[in-house]
Amino acid sequence: MDLTLHVWRQKGPEDKGRLATYKATDISEDMSFLEMLDVVNEGLIKQGIEPIAFDHDCREGICGTCSQVINGDAHGPQAKTTVCQLHMRQFKDGDEIYIEPWRSRAFPVVRDLVVDRRSMDRVMQAGGYVSVSTGGVPDANAILIPKVDADTAMDAAECIGCGACVAACPNGSAMLFVAAKVGQLAKLPQGRAEAAQRVCTMTDAMLREGFGNCSNHYDCEAACPKGISVKFIAQLNREYVMALPKRRKEKD
Amino acid sequence: MILDGKCPTGPLADKWDNHRQNLKLVNPANKRKYKVIVVGTGLAGASAAATLGELGYRVDAFCYQDSPRRAHSIAAQGGINAAKNYQNDGDSIFRLFFDTIKGGDFRAREANVYRLAQISNAIIDQCVAQGVPFARDYAGYLENRSFGGAQVSRTFFARGQTGQQLLLGAYQALSRQVAAGSVTVFPRTEMLDLVLVDGQAKGITVRDLVSGEISCHAADAVVLATGGYVNVFNLSTNAMGCSVTAAWRAHKKGAFFANPCFTQIHPTCIPVTGDHQSKLTLMSESLRNDGRIWVPKKAGDKRRPQDIPENERDYYLERKYPSFGNLAPRDIASRAAKEVCDAGYGVGPGGRGVYLDFGDSIERLGEDTIRARYGNLFEMYERITDENAYQQPMRIYPAPHYSMGGLWVDYNLQSNIEGLFVLGEANFSDHGANRLGASALMQGLADGYFIIPYTIADYLARITPGQVDHTHEAFRQSRNEVTGQTEKLLAINGNKTVSEFHRELGHIMWEDVGMARSTEGLSDALQRIPALRQEFWQNVCIPGSGQQLNQELEKAGRVADFLEFGELLARDALQREESCGGHFRTEHQTPDGEALRNDADFAYVAAWQYKGADHKPELHKEPLTFENVELAVRSYK
Repeated sequence: MDLTLHVWRQKGPEDKGRLATYKATDISEDMSFLEMLDVVNEGLIKQGIEPIAFDHDCREGICGTCSQVINGDAHGPQAKTTVCQLHMRQFKDGDEIYIEPWRSRAFPVVRDLVVDRRSMDRVMQAGGYVSVSTGGVPDANAILIPKVDADTAMDAAECIGCGACVAACPNGSAMLFVAAKVGQLAKLPQGRAEAAQRVCTMTDAMLREGFGNCSNHYDCEAACPKGISVKFIAQLNREYVMALPKRRKEKD
Repeated sequence: MILDGKCPTGPLADKWDNHRQNLKLVNPANKRKYKVIVVGTGLAGASAAATLGELGYRVDAFCYQDSPRRAHSIAAQGGINAAKNYQNDGDSIFRLFFDTIKGGDFRAREANVYRLAQISNAIIDQCVAQGVPFARDYAGYLENRSFGGAQVSRTFFARGQTGQQLLLGAYQALSRQVAAGSVTVFPRTEMLDLVLVDGQAKGITVRDLVSGEISCHAADAVVLATGGYVNVFNLSTNAMGCSVTAAWRAHKKGAFFANPCFTQIHPTCIPVTGDHQSKLTLMSESLRNDGRIWVPKKAGDKRRPQDIPENERDYYLERKYPSFGNLAPRDIASRAAKEVCDAGYGVGPGGRGVYLDFGDSIERLGEDTIRARYGNLFEMYERITDENAYQQPMRIYPAPHYSMGGLWVDYNLQSNIEGLFVLGEANFSDHGANRLGASALMQGLADGYFIIPYTIADYLARITPGQVDHTHEAFRQSRNEVTGQTEKLLAINGNKTVSEFHRELGHIMWEDVGMARSTEGLSDALQRIPALRQEFWQNVCIPGSGQQLNQELEKAGRVADFLEFGELLARDALQREESCGGHFRTEHQTPDGEALRNDADFAYVAAWQYKGADHKPELHKEPLTFENVELAVRSYK
């Protein structure tokens, strides 16, 4: 199939950026979306044009590196699918495709479709862990965890940290990302001890990094390639409210 | 030179404990005076950086990804082994040790492998304490499954995303240390050189992938945890950025490269669809528990699989290996698939595929049971191929997956260069000639959480901290060399893209240095690789400049290294005149086509020393001795 691409080109954070139009010809429906871009880039290099920079690595939907808004949808039109797992059979001959980077105040553009997501790492550093050092821990079966809790924790833990939830949210909120980690660790006895502190420090860090707040649009869940449920945001809010009195007490 | 792995003496079960008692310690108040560089943030690197940070060392951690959480350990699906014997089915530390060393076809060190089995249990405890949500039963206990043909259920798992969950556990431990100020992470930064001062590893030279700036970092020791090299085949299950570059640049500075020909080809991957293919996707090996592998009995049969009657199908693994059948080890299953395809029985585009059929299992257990077991894999398969594996068999084909070879290390995981330690897939140490399923995660975390903290202390305690900084002459020289290479690449301005060269190299490697290797093919590869390398340095085209995010330039540096490394891999395969594990020489097989090991002449580790660009590398040998296991001939019939 032949396609017309409108791709966001931006030389660096200071550059204004623009949409450039390229033809993608002779595209097979068995190609992934990124393989289609590989073919386009090979063509650009042969013409002496700098190829389109885009983030990608594992190309099997798990590393969370790829990050493109395709025709207005974070990760493109197919539900629960990262860009690298999106295949060209989702498109048809003659289609016009708009490709843009994640857009959010907390994700400055580095170049073309590549953005800086270190803000998400900093949110994790604010408490997205259990404070345990290596060694000296009990036997793995010493603390039983009901299957339903372990399964719920795993539902949340599937988050790949791609940032599609932020890109899709009208507020640029990272609430689903934060809620996934808060929800996972709060469900497990190992994480429960620090749950109150964690929900506060991670939420504070999220706002400090320039992510917006949640106003229940649920675009995040729709864009999430792992289908993380917004019920974890509800749980985050519950954890947060329960943590507040405890926090005030600590401050006193 | 005869290499010494410095394994402790004494009874196998006591070696590690006794050795630890003899290692020197660094005083807690002095630890912060030492700086350690860790390159790579996968399971081995992140667990090492986090643990060293907890102990009080100052750690600088580097990764080429935009976040340490994205290292390719994240893609491991199946699980992690441990000798917990929670299932009361006869597992033990010795049995895990024995299975691992036998699986590696007796080409690994007994002492290392036993230590790995010993540590395996502590890893599971640690990960549970971090909040890794392993699968559990209704009573709340951890679940186990049998994996990769093991006779006991010792594999712990978190759905099909075990690697992801373990890596996030290590990443979270790392994040905690970043917050504590003991670890500094440098994402989007690629190591391009190792810096030695008076023969000791004292730092690295890196390129900031965003600004293009080339800078030097000094430390008291360098830890490489930079993963494997199977992207030398171009198409593999590795991530696009995985490369041999860090290990290769250390090799060029004197670190020995051991057993590069030990590569693992995974039998169950989704077949190639065309030239545009950029990577191969693994389908978990667990599928072979319920799927039956077959091809049509008639070569070139173009009928749809559902139209081919039972008596016209060749279930070749069940036929050749009646007792293991579809669960035959990875190398055997892979080679058998290539053989039937080479003989013209392959299915799908280009005839490079075999069927993995769930029809019988669905009939016996029902579609719901199969969905519960493999639903996510069937979904992934459909997303990529547009075929519904509940209604028609999957098509699979082998793909390069893991490298057992790597930089040579002694029992302390220290390379032959003092102060350079190598962990995880980047070293050669524990898997011999082949790796068992669910053992890679175990090794990465054993190295990082529980071995390096002890062994690096022994080295650091013997040296004075902070002897050199990045203004030392050796760093200036390294920066000049790296800058020179970058400028040289950009100046070529030829007609072929980096990817075109990578594809050509991959083709040579796959055809001549892949699953079945012969003197003829390997000799041919040893002619063609240098010729391709020469063409690369005259005709590669890299647009843009070095002072920007330039992904073609990054790729070019990695492919340039693969073009050198591929030759060493072929050379190693040629010198190893035997078949063992993932290395199969067509000249060395039994009359019925089984691998024929030669213990009398080849029970050694082949460690190669770099001798300069135009010189043959020198081979050093570390003899392998076996005191606790008998070198049995593997049989899966």
